[in-house]
Amino acid sequence: MSTNQTTAPATGHHPAWAHQFENMQQQKEASSFGMWVFLLTEIMMFGGLFTAYMIYRIKFYDAFVAGSSSINVQWGFGNTLVLIGSSFTMAMAVWAAHKGKRMQQVVYLVLTMVLGTAFLGVKAVEYKAKYDECHIPGQVIGKGFNATGGPGCSGEGANIAEELEHPKTLAGKEVAGKPRAAAEQIARQSELFFVFYFAMTGLHATHMIIGLGVLAWILRRAWKSEFGPAYYTPVENFGLYWHFVDIVWIYLFPLLYLINRIPHH
Amino acid sequence: MSTATQTVMPEKHYLNEFFGIRSWLLTKDHKRIAILYLLTISFFFFLGGLFASLIRLELLTPAGDLFQSDTYNKLFTMHGVNMIFFFLIPSVPAVLGNFLVPIMVGARDLAFPKINLLSWYIFIAGAAFALTALLYGGVDTGWTFYTPLSSGYLRTPVIVMGVGILIAGFASIFTGLNFIVTVHRMRAPGMTWGRLPLFVWANYAASLIMVLGTPVLAITLILLVLERGFHIGIFDPKLGGDPVLFQHMFWFYSHPAVYIMILPGMGVISEIITCFSRKRVFGYTFIAFSSIAIAVFGFVVWAHHMFVAGISTYSAMVFSLLSYAVAIPSAVKVFNWIATMYKGSVSYDTPMLYAFGFIGLFTIGGLTGLFLAALGLDVHIHDTYFVIAHFHYVMVGGMVMAYLGGLHFWWPKITGRIYPEFWAKLAALITFIGFNLTFFPQFILGYLGMPRRYHSYPEEFQVLNVLSSAGASILAVGFILPLIYLLWSLRYGEIAGPNPWSAKGLEWTTSSPPPTHNFDVIPVVTEGPYNYGDDEEAAGVH
Repeated sequence: MSTNQTTAPATGHHPAWAHQFENMQQQKEASSFGMWVFLLTEIMMFGGLFTAYMIYRIKFYDAFVAGSSSINVQWGFGNTLVLIGSSFTMAMAVWAAHKGKRMQQVVYLVLTMVLGTAFLGVKAVEYKAKYDECHIPGQVIGKGFNATGGPGCSGEGANIAEELEHPKTLAGKEVAGKPRAAAEQIARQSELFFVFYFAMTGLHATHMIIGLGVLAWILRRAWKSEFGPAYYTPVENFGLYWHFVDIVWIYLFPLLYLINRIPHH
Repeated sequence: MSTATQTVMPEKHYLNEFFGIRSWLLTKDHKRIAILYLLTISFFFFLGGLFASLIRLELLTPAGDLFQSDTYNKLFTMHGVNMIFFFLIPSVPAVLGNFLVPIMVGARDLAFPKINLLSWYIFIAGAAFALTALLYGGVDTGWTFYTPLSSGYLRTPVIVMGVGILIAGFASIFTGLNFIVTVHRMRAPGMTWGRLPLFVWANYAASLIMVLGTPVLAITLILLVLERGFHIGIFDPKLGGDPVLFQHMFWFYSHPAVYIMILPGMGVISEIITCFSRKRVFGYTFIAFSSIAIAVFGFVVWAHHMFVAGISTYSAMVFSLLSYAVAIPSAVKVFNWIATMYKGSVSYDTPMLYAFGFIGLFTIGGLTGLFLAALGLDVHIHDTYFVIAHFHYVMVGGMVMAYLGGLHFWWPKITGRIYPEFWAKLAALITFIGFNLTFFPQFILGYLGMPRRYHSYPEEFQVLNVLSSAGASILAVGFILPLIYLLWSLRYGEIAGPNPWSAKGLEWTTSSPPPTHNFDVIPVVTEGPYNYGDDEEAAGVH
C-alpha cells in the first residue's frame, strides 16, 4: 500500500474508474477478490445441498441407484461436453479481451452463449421426459409422482418398480430381480432422489439462466469496445462465474447420472 | 466539552450536499445507506418490541386469557423473526459498520457502493415479504421453522415468510462481502492489519460468518419452501425425509448467526472502553484474533441446540466440548476490557454506561450459555425460560446495549450534534434496570421448569412472571427515551465538532458530519489506533 494520490493518475482517467478506488490496479484487485468471495458463498450454498444429497444417498442407496438409472445418461454426457466447450470459449473470450481483439472477443462470447443455451435446451428435453414418466416429485405438477406404473405415465424407465422386479439381462447374464414389495418400496423412495435431481439441476440451471443474462450485458459492452488490455475485469470475473457453474455440473453429472447404473441397464 | 461552544457545523457534508428523495434512494454513499438501514431496522425494532409487549401482557396472568394459543404462537414467532432477521443481524454491521468501516480504514467508500445500495433494496424486498406474511395473519412456526411442523401442518403463510428471510439473507451476504473486500483492498497507506481498529476486526469476523453461513440458510429455506409447496418429503419423516437434517442445516447458519449479532457489538465495546479509559487497549492482538477465533469456533458448535433431538451421544459430547471452547475467546475479550480500564482515567459518559452494562450482562449471558452446553443440565433446562433468559442476556443485554452505546458514541459523528447527556444517562440506567428485572426472573422460572412458547402456566409462577412483565414496561421506557431525545438532538443538540470525545481513530479526524467522500486527502497512517497514553493533549480533556 505504498500508493497515494500522486501516483493515481499514472493509469490515466479510464472511463470505468470508480471514485472510491485510488487507481485502476486497486479497482481490479478489489473486483476480482470480491468475485472470489462471492464464489465462496456459492460453494457454501451448493455445499448445503450436496450434504443433504449425500445423507439421503447413504440412507436410501437402492432408491438413489434406481432413480439414477432411470435418467438418460447420453443426454447428460452430451451436456457435459457442451458445458466444457462453453468454458473453453469463455476462457478464449477473456484472452481476447485481454489482448484487445474485439471481433474475436465477440465471436467467443456468442459461442459461449450458444453453447449455454444448448445446454438449457437439452435440460428442458430431459425435464420433459421426466414429466411424461411421472417422475416429478410431489403431487402438484403433472399427474403427480408415480414410479410404480401409474396410468398415463409413459417412457421407457417410467415404471421403476417393474425395472427392479424384472431387471434386463446384462451381457447375456441373468440378473436377479427384487421381490415385488421391496421393488415398490424402493420405487416410492426414489422420489427423494428426484427431489435432489430437480433441486440440484434446477439451482444449476438457474445459475446458467442468470449467467446468460449477464453474458448478454458483457457482449453488449464488448461490442461497444469497452474492454481492452487496460480494463477487462468484468469479462474476467464473469469468466470465473461461468467456470464455477461449469465445475458444479462436473460434480452433478456423476452424482446424479452415474451412481451405479450397471445392475439395471 | 469546553471547545464545543466555538465549533460550527461544516459548511458542506454528506447530509446537505444533495437534497431530495432521489438523492437518498439512489445514493451510493455508504453513510447515507447506513442511515437508510438505521431507519428501516428501527422500525423493525419497535415492531418486534410491540410483539414482545403483547407476550409479556399475556403472561401477566397464569390463565391464557388475553390471546388464544394460536395467536400467542404467532406473537412469539413474529417477535423472534423481526428481531433476529430484521433487527439484530443488520443492526451494528449494516448501520454502524456501513457508516464507519470505510472511514476507519481510510477509504472514500466501501469497495462496491452499488452492491451496498442493492443490499438495502434486497433487505427492503425481504422485509416486504415478511410484512406481507404478517398482514396475512402472521406465522406460528417459531423463528426456527422446524419441520415437519412448518412444512406440513400449519396453515399460516410459511412460504411467504421463508422467502422473505431468504431474500433478506442476501442483503447480509452482500454487506459481508463488501466489508471483507474493503478491509483487504481499501486500507489507506500505512493502515496495516495491526493498526486496524478493533471495531473493524470484529466486523470483519462477523462478515466471514455472513458470507460462509448465510448461503446455507438460503438453501435450507429453499428446500423448506419446496417441501411445503410441492408436498415432497425432504424433511418430513412421513415421506422418507429426516427432520433432524433440517435442524442441522438450520443451526449450521443460525448458531454462527448468533456471532454475527454479538461480534460487531463486541467491536463497539472495544472502541468505547479504550476511549473512555483514555488508555491504550490492553492486548490488542488478543482481542483482534479472539474475534476471528469466535467466528471459526462458532461454525462447529451448532448441534448444541439439538442435544435432545435424538443425535448420537458421542457427537453431542464433541459439540458440548466445542461449545465450551467458545467461552475462551469470549472471556479473553472481557478480561482485556477490564484490564484496559484498570488504572485508566475512566469517565462515565453515556456510551461508557452502556459498555459497563454490556460487560456485566454479556458475562451473565455467556456463562449461562455454559450451563446449556453441559449435556446433562441441558436436558433439564432445554426449551425452558432459562434458555430465553440466556439468549436475551446475550442479544439484548449484550447486543442491544452495544448497539445503543455505539449509536450514542458515534451519534455526533453521524449527525454532527450531541445528544442531551442527562437524558441519555437516564435512559441507559433505565434500560439496565428494566432489562435485569425482565430477564433475571426468567432464569429462575426456567430452572423451576416453566417451558417456553406457552401462553398459560401454573399459578406458582405468577410472581416471577409479573416481575418480568413489570421489567419489560420499564425496559420499553428505556428504549423509547433515546428515540425521542435523539430525534430532538437532530435540531436542538449541541454542535459536536469533529472530535467531541478527543478519541483516536480516523473517523474522528474528519469533520462531523463527514464530507461525502470522507476525506479531502486520503490519510497516511503512522500509528496504532489507540495511542491514548502518548497524547498529552488528550489526557487533560476528561
